[in-house]
Amino acid sequence: MRVAGPLATALGELLRSMADDEFVIGFSDSEWTGIAPLLEEDVAISSLAQDEIGHAAALYGLLGGLTGEDPDAIAYDRVPAAYRHCRLLDHGRGDWAMTIARRYLYDTADGVRLEALVAGSWPPLADLVGKLAREERYHRMHAAVWLDRLARGGDGTRSRLLAALATLGPDAATVFAPLPDEAALIDAGILSLPMADLEARWRASIAPAFATLDLPLPPSARDPARGRLDHGEPFSWLWREFNTVRAAEPGATW
Amino acid sequence: MSEATAHRAVAGARASLGELPEELDVATVRAALGEVPDPEIPVVSVVDLGMVEEVDVRADGIHVMLLPTFVGCPALDVIRSAVEERLRSFGRRVDVRFDYRVPWMSDRITPEGHEKLRRSGFAPPAASQPDQPVLVQLGAPVACPNCGSRRTVLENAFGPTQCRAIYHCTDCRQPFEGFKTI
Repeated sequence: MRVAGPLATALGELLRSMADDEFVIGFSDSEWTGIAPLLEEDVAISSLAQDEIGHAAALYGLLGGLTGEDPDAIAYDRVPAAYRHCRLLDHGRGDWAMTIARRYLYDTADGVRLEALVAGSWPPLADLVGKLAREERYHRMHAAVWLDRLARGGDGTRSRLLAALATLGPDAATVFAPLPDEAALIDAGILSLPMADLEARWRASIAPAFATLDLPLPPSARDPARGRLDHGEPFSWLWREFNTVRAAEPGATW
Repeated sequence: MSEATAHRAVAGARASLGELPEELDVATVRAALGEVPDPEIPVVSVVDLGMVEEVDVRADGIHVMLLPTFVGCPALDVIRSAVEERLRSFGRRVDVRFDYRVPWMSDRITPEGHEKLRRSGFAPPAASQPDQPVLVQLGAPVACPNCGSRRTVLENAFGPTQCRAIYHCTDCRQPFEGFKTI
């Protein structure tokens, strides 16, 4: 299948949004390395972060193949406003409850998105997604176990989770913010359904767990069209953090 | 001088003289790949791990397609260089690429790989059950590689590398690592 013209642009936007999501949540999680609340969690969250950065690298690789850019340059050499991760990931690391709530909301949404791509018509992405989906099952398991644990925890624990969901909930559906020209991706068979339909599928998928734990389901996104824009100060901080080495030593390689 | 080293020396000398390399078959290349260790668990080779999907010897060189165990595995570049270095001794152009066309699964680890893992203190992965939830799969009893007991507990689904989980044996009371079922 040949990808060119408007389809290449639309595919590029899809890859950029997915890669930026994985990159940003990976770096946010890595902020816990060394200071997670339990030793076992220090290992787990660091491993999750490593997975996500690896997924981002693979997706930036596909994007670079499409645009001719160097994947590292795409990852690091943009101004904060040019990143296209969803606003769900723009709230800073926060406490452990924020981290778990963010991971749960993102991992469940990402799982639905991957399902909509795995049988897609562009082999490089469909093949990679098949592999990513296997790894992401472990992430969803981790988030689900912790969501359950925090929701059933004592007052202080549960109230922190509720506060985290109140903060993140309104931005949860931004994972499914409509992409520029996503109709082209659907026509070409790369993406199986519009983002709006995937959002409905995601809501249905998390509803049973939220009902069991008596947690409030996230509302609709306030302004879906801007769901991957206007990142704000917490992201600018993270951007400076993950660019520290790149800025200190331009062109450095491992 | 071992046979393999001698073979390499001869091939190298021929290549440097600009002579046509001798006939090379896929089995010989595969055997050479069996000598390339995984950098994180060096007791097993890339062949034991089931990472070698395709080997092709063509007029323009040796082509190898490897399957990454994990997408973000930081050892991939090291593995690629090790494979290239080993195969260059055949005096031909070497092309190594990673591909996701076939997803690597822990079920691809060979019986020899299982045995080598066990002998070095790693529990080999349980057979995958794609229809089962991850937690059920992880709950499958894993035998302790130290004492063989099946009374073991999963301590952490995540370990020191992406492909490992951490267990504890309630009989010999030793912690041990297991290869993740994926």
